[in-house]
Amino acid sequence: MATLTYRDALNQALREEMQRDASVFVLGEEVGVYQGAYKVSRGLLEEFGPMRVLDTPIAELGFAGVGVGAAMAGLRPVVEFMTWNFALLALDQIVNSAAKIFYMSGGQIPVPIVFRGPNGAALQLAAQHSQAWDAWLAHIPGLKVVSPATPADAKGLLKSAIRDNNPVIVLEGEMLYNTKGEVPEGEHLVPIGSADVKRPGTDVTLVCHSKTVAPALKAAELLAGELGVSAEVVDLRSLRPLDDATIIASVSKTNRCVVVEEGWPHAGIGAQVVDIIQREAFDSLDAPVLRVTQADVPMPYNKHLERAAKPSPEKILAATRRVLYLD
Amino acid sequence: MPVKVFMEALSPTMEEGRVVKWHRHAGDSVRAGETLAEIETDKAIMELVARADGVLTNVSAAEGTTVPVGREIAAIAVPGEEPGSPSSPPPSPPAPSLPVDRAAAPSEAVRSPAPAPERSPQPLSTEAPPGARARVRASPLARRIAQEAGVDLKVVSGSGPGGRVVRRDLDKAREAPLSPPPPSRPVTLGAGALPATPAPLAPEGGYEDVPLTQMRKVIVQRLAASLGPIPHFFLTVEVDMERAMEARAALNARRTPEDRVSVNDIVLKATAAALTRHRACNAWFVGDHIRYWRDVHLGMAVAVEDGLITPVIRHADRKSLAEIGNEAKALAERARARRLQPAEYTGATFSVSNLGMFDIDQFGAVINPPEAGILAVGSVLAKPAVVDGQVVPRQRLRTTLSCDHRVIDGASGAAFLKTLKEMLENPLAML
Repeated sequence: MATLTYRDALNQALREEMQRDASVFVLGEEVGVYQGAYKVSRGLLEEFGPMRVLDTPIAELGFAGVGVGAAMAGLRPVVEFMTWNFALLALDQIVNSAAKIFYMSGGQIPVPIVFRGPNGAALQLAAQHSQAWDAWLAHIPGLKVVSPATPADAKGLLKSAIRDNNPVIVLEGEMLYNTKGEVPEGEHLVPIGSADVKRPGTDVTLVCHSKTVAPALKAAELLAGELGVSAEVVDLRSLRPLDDATIIASVSKTNRCVVVEEGWPHAGIGAQVVDIIQREAFDSLDAPVLRVTQADVPMPYNKHLERAAKPSPEKILAATRRVLYLD
Repeated sequence: MPVKVFMEALSPTMEEGRVVKWHRHAGDSVRAGETLAEIETDKAIMELVARADGVLTNVSAAEGTTVPVGREIAAIAVPGEEPGSPSSPPPSPPAPSLPVDRAAAPSEAVRSPAPAPERSPQPLSTEAPPGARARVRASPLARRIAQEAGVDLKVVSGSGPGGRVVRRDLDKAREAPLSPPPPSRPVTLGAGALPATPAPLAPEGGYEDVPLTQMRKVIVQRLAASLGPIPHFFLTVEVDMERAMEARAALNARRTPEDRVSVNDIVLKATAAALTRHRACNAWFVGDHIRYWRDVHLGMAVAVEDGLITPVIRHADRKSLAEIGNEAKALAERARARRLQPAEYTGATFSVSNLGMFDIDQFGAVINPPEAGILAVGSVLAKPAVVDGQVVPRQRLRTTLSCDHRVIDGASGAAFLKTLKEMLENPLAML
C-alpha cells in the first residue's frame, strides 16, 4: 500500500473515476491551469483536457448552477469550492436545486453531483473564512454529506461520492491536505453512511469526524497513558446518513460518550449524535453525554484566542474525565 | 426558579420524617451534596443533603416538626435569583413523589391539600401521602444493572454529582464478597479471617435459587392456610454452657473491659458456624422460590428506645469471635443512637434475638421475613443437671429456633440445633 497525502489521495480518486467514466468532469475556480488552489486537481487538465477540467469565473452560484444543470443532463460533475466559506454564495443551487430536483421531478431527474472543498478553520483566516458548515449541510434532506479524516477515507469516500446518484457534499480540510497515510491502490470504495472505529476501547466513546479525529486519537492516547482509561474513537466519516448502529454499539459497550466536532455547539452534529444515543442507548448510559465544540463565537483572528476557541486534546480529555466521574 | 427541598424518603419504608436539626439556615449558602438537616426516619437519623448550589430559603419545617415524605420543607435559590422570593405554585405535584405509588394511597390523602402543620410535634401519619417516595438519582445504566441484579438502589450511596448512583457504586458494592471462601477454610478465634468490610449488596452468585417442588408448593399452601402468612414452628434445646463459660472467662482474663467477649458473641459465632453446615436454615422464602444463601449475614436484634432493629453482621461465617464481638458492639451502639444506615440493617440471611440479659429463660421469636429462621436465646443460668449419673449444678442455656415451615422442616431445624448445641458445648468444634 502506498503512503499518500490526503490531497494526493483525493487526486487519485478524481483521476481514477475520470478514467473509469467519461461522464465525470471537474469544474471550479483555478482547478485547471493552476491545478487547484490546494493542488487536488494536479495533472488533470493535462490528462483529460479542457472539456473535462473547467476553470470557472469567481462566481460560485453560477458554476454550481452549471454543475447542477450538467448533472440533470446526465453528466457527473465534481464542483470544487476553493473553500466552503465561499460556497455560501452557492447555497441556493445546492439546497434549492441539487437537493430538491429528484424529489420535485417525482424521481425522474437524478442529480449525481459532487460538491467538494476544504471546510472549517485553518490557521488565522479570521471569522469569515474559518467556518465549519457540517451541520448546515447535513440538515438538508436530499443531500449526502461525508467528511473524511484520513487519506484512505478521502479516496474511498470521494470515489463513492462520484458514483452516487445523489448530490454528495465532501467536506475536506485545509489542515488535512498534507497529512499522510496508507491508501489502498485502485478500487477502494468507502461506503457512504458507515462510521469507522479508529481506535477500539472499552471505557468511553469519543465520537468525532474530519479534523477532530486527530485530537480525539491524541486524547485517547493521553487517557491510556495517564489514567489507564481505554477510549474508543469512532470516526463518523458520513454526517448524512449517520451510522447510528456503530454509535449505539460503541456507547452500549462503553456506557459513556464525548462528542467532538469542529463546528459551533448550537444545533451541531454532536446534538444529533446525542439525540441518537439518548434514544437508542438510554439504558446503557452511566453519565450524561458531553460535547466538545468550537467556542460559540465567530472564530477570533488572534492566534491565542483562535487556539482557545478550537477543540483540543486537552478539552477532550477534560470532558472525558467528567463523563468518567474522575473530577 | 428555586430548587425545592423536599422531605425525602431516607429509608425504604419511611413515610414521614422529623426534622432533628437544621445544619444550614435560611440565608446560608449551600452547595450540592452538603448536609442541610438531620432527619429522624422510622429507622435512624439520616442526613438530608442539598440537591443544588445556592442560598437556602423558605425554610418551612421547624426543628422537631414531623413532615410527610414528599412535602416541600425549604428551597434553594440558585445564584442570580431573589433569594427571598417565594417559589411560584407548582403546576403539578412535587416531582419526587412517584405517581405509581399514589394508586395505593387512600383517596382522602390525595385529595386533601393537607396544609403543613409545621408546629405540631405529633406525627402526621393520617395526613402523610403514604405513597410518596424521594426519587433515587441513578444513571440509566445503574438502574438497569440494579434491576437485573435485584438490588435496591435506595441502599446504594451514589458517588456522582448530587449523589447520583453510577456504575462504579454498584461495582464497588459487589466487589468485596465476590469469591466465597472454600468450605473447608478454618476460622480461627481471635485472628485471621477477612477484614470486616461491610458488603451492603447481595453478591452475584452468592446464593442459589431453587424452584419450589410440587410437594413444597403443597406444603406452602397448607401451612400458610393453617398459621398466618408465615407458618412458624418452634424447636427448643437446652445447652450445657459450662465449657463455653470457662473458655469465655479464660479469654476475658486477658482482655480489657471494652474488648470482653459476651455470651451473645459466642452464640452469634456458633450460629454462623452452624449455619454454614445447615444451608436449609440459612435461606429466604421468596414467593415462588427458596433462596439458599452461601454466605451468612447474621441479623442481631437490638432493643432501642421505642422498638427494635436488626443490624446485620455481614459474612459472619468468615469472621473471628473477636471481630464478631467488636462489630456487634459497634452496631448495637449505632442502633441505639439511631445512626444505622439502611445498608446496615437489611439483607440478613438469619437472625438471632437474645433476651438473656432480661433473665428470660426461654422464648419464641417471630421470624423476620424473608428470612426463614430466627434463634431466640435465653439466660445462662446455673441449674441442676445430670452428669455421669450425678445431679450437679451446671451453667445451662435454653434456646429456641423459630422456623418458617415453608422452608425448614422439623428434622432440618433439629439438625441445625444439634450442631449448634455441639459447638456451644464443645467450643473447640467452632474452630
